[in-house]
Amino acid sequence: MSNYFSPFVLPFLFGVIALIVICLIKYIRWYKQFDRLQKTILLKNIFSLRFLSAIWETVMEALFHRKIFKRNFLLGYMHASIALGWFLLIVVGAIESELALETDKPFWIGIFYRYFIHDPQAFPNAHFFAHLMDFILLIVLSGVILAYVKSVFSRFFGMKKTSKHVVFDRFAKFSLWLIFPLRLISESFTAALYNNGGFLTQGLGDLINYSVADILEIPAWTLYSFALGTFFVAMPFSRYMHIFTEVILIFLRKWGLSENENVSGFTMYELSACSRCGICIDNCPLYKDLKLQGVQSIYFLRDLRYKRPKEEIADNCLMCMRCMAECPVGLDLMTIRRQLRNKKELDTNDNYKYIDNLQSFNSIGRVIYFAGCMSHLTPGIIDAMLTIFDKVDQKYWFMDKDKTICCGRPLMQQGFTIQASELRRKNTQLIKQSGANMLITSCPICYQSFKKEYNLPIQVMHHTEYIHMLIKSGKLKVRKDDLKVVYHDPCELGRACGIYQQPRQILKTISTLLKTKNEKENSLCCGYNLGNTVIEPEQQGEIRNAALGSLIAKNPDVIATACPMCKKAFKRATNCNVKDIAELVKENMIL
Amino acid sequence: MKKVAIIGAGPAGIEAASILANQQVEVLLFEKSLNTLSNMLDKAYLFPDFSPANDLVDKLNKKLLHQQITLFTGTEITDVKKDGKEWKVIDAKGMSYIVSAVLLTSGYSVFDAKRKEELGYGIYNGVITSIDLEKMIKYNQIENSMGDKPKRIVFLQCVGSRDEKSGNNYCSKICCVTAVKQAIEVKKLLPDTDVYIFYMDLRMWGQSFEEMYRESQEKYDVSYVRGRISEAASTFDKKIQIKAEDTLLGVPLKMTTDLLVLMVGMEASCGTKTLAETLHIKGEYGFAKSLNCHLQDNETTQQGLFIAGSCKRPMGINETLADARSASVIIMDYINAMQENDK
Ligand SMILES: Cc1cc2nc3c(=O)[nH]c(=O)nc-3n(C[C@H](O)[C@H](O)[C@H](O)COP(=O)(O)OP(=O)(O)OC[C@H]3O[C@@H](n4cnc5c(N)ncnc54)[C@H](O)[C@@H]3O)c2cc1C
Ligand code: SF4
Repeated sequence: MSNYFSPFVLPFLFGVIALIVICLIKYIRWYKQFDRLQKTILLKNIFSLRFLSAIWETVMEALFHRKIFKRNFLLGYMHASIALGWFLLIVVGAIESELALETDKPFWIGIFYRYFIHDPQAFPNAHFFAHLMDFILLIVLSGVILAYVKSVFSRFFGMKKTSKHVVFDRFAKFSLWLIFPLRLISESFTAALYNNGGFLTQGLGDLINYSVADILEIPAWTLYSFALGTFFVAMPFSRYMHIFTEVILIFLRKWGLSENENVSGFTMYELSACSRCGICIDNCPLYKDLKLQGVQSIYFLRDLRYKRPKEEIADNCLMCMRCMAECPVGLDLMTIRRQLRNKKELDTNDNYKYIDNLQSFNSIGRVIYFAGCMSHLTPGIIDAMLTIFDKVDQKYWFMDKDKTICCGRPLMQQGFTIQASELRRKNTQLIKQSGANMLITSCPICYQSFKKEYNLPIQVMHHTEYIHMLIKSGKLKVRKDDLKVVYHDPCELGRACGIYQQPRQILKTISTLLKTKNEKENSLCCGYNLGNTVIEPEQQGEIRNAALGSLIAKNPDVIATACPMCKKAFKRATNCNVKDIAELVKENMIL
Repeated sequence: MKKVAIIGAGPAGIEAASILANQQVEVLLFEKSLNTLSNMLDKAYLFPDFSPANDLVDKLNKKLLHQQITLFTGTEITDVKKDGKEWKVIDAKGMSYIVSAVLLTSGYSVFDAKRKEELGYGIYNGVITSIDLEKMIKYNQIENSMGDKPKRIVFLQCVGSRDEKSGNNYCSKICCVTAVKQAIEVKKLLPDTDVYIFYMDLRMWGQSFEEMYRESQEKYDVSYVRGRISEAASTFDKKIQIKAEDTLLGVPLKMTTDLLVLMVGMEASCGTKTLAETLHIKGEYGFAKSLNCHLQDNETTQQGLFIAGSCKRPMGINETLADARSASVIIMDYINAMQENDK
């Protein structure tokens, strides 16, 4: 038995062992739930050098919380001070014990160092370490105080729905809040007795009566140990599971894993990596504009983690990706949502028998133009594109002019994955047979589908990319108009595919482009995204009006967009001109 | 005698002006366009009796030649305020007029078909609205975009009405019968042209409407298809190709046509919307709201402020005129009571 043992260490020891065992069981179970492909990818990459960048990311995100800092300084400070501070307490405590002791060094010694090592000069510079440890503790305490304040105020945000599983959250949270104040008190008592504290603990210790300290020292350390033990046992069942899981997730991602069509072990890691910071709530249009609660990603993931997902919540999401752009853990929230929409078992395949009669068209030397179903409802866009093709003498096959099928993405969004893959199969066949070398589409929904869900051997462009290329190469000559224009980034083109520059460059060439409040990743959804099948048209209108308000704030002459859906949404509600970039380019072509 | 301001010289405004004037009330009639009856000028014939619209315009305008009526054309009323017991009516140039009562007859305007881009209005020349067709009939110039006589004309009902997506859930009430009227007139002028009407359901509610509908089929061979057109596109020879579903047969359907006529619905006019808003009498869809649709259908929550005609809801001319006459009676009661009080 070590010299450095006291019965009060037991709760801590028990907690650590429980924590390790439970985490291992969970992680191994989730690993087993990986599908075969995920396992192969993992094994292929696990011994590559990618772990270096994973370590870097771990430090930046899991310790410094860089992304949260960027969004919200206070929140970032809160997370970083606790995470990084605690980490340093452990590391510096370990160094301290390493320096002070020779052979008998049980692993808990760093945690209870001051109780066991009374000599303030146990090793050279021991004083410095005492001050350093106090300083770190002070930082952690400041974070804990912030967390406390935030919790009192975020009650008003409805972030705490009581439920039996969240009981673990409560245990974990209260014990976490107690750990560091208790450590402060225990160390101060010991300092009062042995003068071995740093500036903080000794400062407090000097205020404490010797005999009081003598009586309360052991109870205080016992409580500290209990707080630690409770936290460790509750942690794997609470949201604090994110502390370890986030790190593992960073590694898994670096090794090439990602979500796939179904809930898998990877999904389980993602669910537990959510720290329920709540950043996704404030930016969700359903909350911001409609005050709907309980449907946001934070709630959705929580329900899913505790195995009580609700179908209507899975469906009640615009899939605008606003939350994904904000999520500090970078969770693939859209795919997880889709996994739960899976309606594979519904047999509607008979509806797709007709597609086998569709014929391809010999398009060697041509491009394919795929307008998209939505563009057929905004014929102005199609008209503009066909005019532009003629203008630059580009021969094309208008693939979905007449008899045609959809790209499949709207079905996918709703969870009809088999049906969607039927459509993709047929479209791929038609495109390959045609011999064309490029596909241009006017609809960001189709664009995302062709780009990410198909595996086409030819180049896929959205028409803004194509037009930008034409203008840049000098093939298409345009003039500058004196119109003031604002640009609305469509969700599916911007956040989903990262096309931000080309539309802006085109607009700068043909008009005066005004800045708006919500640009690029922060662009607001027009509300008519096909993702949501639950909300009512009036509610879509509310979301649209919010986006519209931010666009027309500077009184532009034209609202330009690059998506037929957004165009239709805005056109219904404003007298301001709403045009697709293609239409504006057509109007400004030099003949 | 007391003064009454009437805002809008459409059928409702003129009819009320003439009745009140005959009762020795002094009427100030304001019209924002340069001509009275701005919504009637390009109409050819009127349902249900196919009387020339010009006749009605002439007869109504004649009623305005009355000592007691002062007509202000080109005068848009932008604000109306209560001023003690009186009312203050203010025009766009800032002139104000003090009157004892106000009658709002600022009428309707039609749905802007460009808002339903999928139907191609403003993009393809072959897509026109019922207003455009009314003019073509009036001047006997029914032509497609190439200047040729159309071989086929397709009408589409309920454009901007009964349509959640365009925000108008109500039925505009007069476009079904207007389509029947226009179809018959097209056939009278161009007997060899095929005419199709695409409808959700046909609402032949008024006197002799049903007979007109039957006649259009039996005598004029107009074809009716139940189904909504989802989109229009242009063909290489500048015709219009429509896609629809025949909901009786349950089959999708495609058709090419020389002209596609959109039967645009009636919305509250811009004047109606703004005045109803400032006067706190805004009802559904921006129309003006009466106190009670049975017993006080010309009165409003504001004492001395009355409403009549299509600024309340979509209606045809005979209903509009009857409504104007009923408003006049109520206004006379109001003025007489005021004069009693003054004594
Ligand atoms: C295509 C079409 C065909 C039709 N055919 C027929 C038919 O055959 N038979 C039939 O019975 N009905 C027909 N109608 C309906 C008919 O047009 C209306 O019933 C009638 O015009 C309603 O009259 P009103 O006086 O209420 O309003 P309006 O005719 O709209 O008159 C309102 C007047 O107020 C003026 N105004 C508005 N705001 C202001 C302001 N702020 N200040 C001053 N003036 C203002 C306007 O300029 C307008 O002149 C048809 C309608 C349409 C759309
Ligand atoms: S009158 Fe006929 S066409 Fe007009 S909105 Fe009503 S049903 Fe539709």
